[in-house]
Amino acid sequence: MILDPLQQLGRAGISFFERLGRGNMFLLQTIAGVPALLWRPGLVIKQMYSVGVLTLLIILVSGLFVGMVLGLQGYNTLSDFGAEESLGVAVALALVRELGPVVTALLFAGRAGSALTAEIGLMKATEQLSGMEMMAVDPMRRVVAPRFLAGFLSMPLLAAIFSAVGVYGGFFVGVGLLGVDEGAYWSQMQASVDLHDDIYNGVIKSIVFGFVAAWIAVFEGYDTVPTSEGVSRATTRTVVHTALAVLGLDFVLTALMFGD
Amino acid sequence: MKQSMAIEITVGLFVAAGMAALFVLAMKVSNLSTSSSGESYIITAAFENIGGLKVRSPVTVSGVRVGRVDAISYDFDTFEAVVQLRIDIMYDSFPEDTTASIYTAGLLGEQYIALEPGGSEDNLQPGDRIQLTQSALVLEQMIGQFLYNTATSEDK
Repeated sequence: MILDPLQQLGRAGISFFERLGRGNMFLLQTIAGVPALLWRPGLVIKQMYSVGVLTLLIILVSGLFVGMVLGLQGYNTLSDFGAEESLGVAVALALVRELGPVVTALLFAGRAGSALTAEIGLMKATEQLSGMEMMAVDPMRRVVAPRFLAGFLSMPLLAAIFSAVGVYGGFFVGVGLLGVDEGAYWSQMQASVDLHDDIYNGVIKSIVFGFVAAWIAVFEGYDTVPTSEGVSRATTRTVVHTALAVLGLDFVLTALMFGD
Repeated sequence: MKQSMAIEITVGLFVAAGMAALFVLAMKVSNLSTSSSGESYIITAAFENIGGLKVRSPVTVSGVRVGRVDAISYDFDTFEAVVQLRIDIMYDSFPEDTTASIYTAGLLGEQYIALEPGGSEDNLQPGDRIQLTQSALVLEQMIGQFLYNTATSEDK
């Protein structure tokens, strides 16, 4: 009786590590399926369309508005110190280092990750995956690996587009609306943003987030309980887990990259 | 067939847009376009106090950026800070009696090294040490001196 809660805790712990182990084995199998895609690039291109191209619109619009908001807020704060000319630096650093990779990963999880999970989960629920196995088609190679690779490749591109559009959004508001000097906006930005320290680290972040987001999305789909309720739960879990993983990893990566 | 071609084209456009965005970030946002082409040489300068000077701080002549601080170390023989300056190869004829001073850009800005060419016939060679240096102004020292001076002048 007294040991019941303890037993529950232990069960929860065991199932957590079981799932973690399954996820890692799954990842290895997925990556093992990636080289075979070199001979069938059509599979990846088709997935890049649904994962990358269809996510592009929300990324463009959000990037523009995030940049514009940064421009407005940054201007309000900086004008107190008479440092409006530093607006470009503030907007560019915030976007390239943090907001670009993180917000893109969150939007990516909501727009593309959930769709990947639902698609693979429904394939499993309707026994299409088992059907493939019956036909001696490996669903890991045919279904999972192309989707994983497409997500992994799309994320850094989307994050770069987000940051670039955001910088121009800040430019429209700062220079166009609020009257910051155009030359100062760009030259201060170029003087302070470093290619290695800022841009490369931002790209590394987006690559890591893309890897994690794509992994979680395909794993949750493949590991789903094959019922309609199971698919809906797996889709929710994808969004929640990706958001948590991205924000947690972002702290770790930021501490490693900019912590000194 | 036609539809798959359209998909491939849009994916191609998407990848190209991503690459273009990275290119914009590298060329327009970062310092790649303003940084040197790589060819450079090193001269050193010793300062009593470098204040808030950091690695990568700019080195200027008459306000023109000619290089940056490459490394900062401390010399226990002379008890001075030794700063390595990496100068672009295109600015290679500074006189031997060039002065190096540490200034602050604006009231709260970052610190940088300003070189002032002297009148000597001979030029600094790569690896040479600048003999004439002026340390960074430390605000606390200046305030301290100012207070001390006003106190002593009041005594008289």
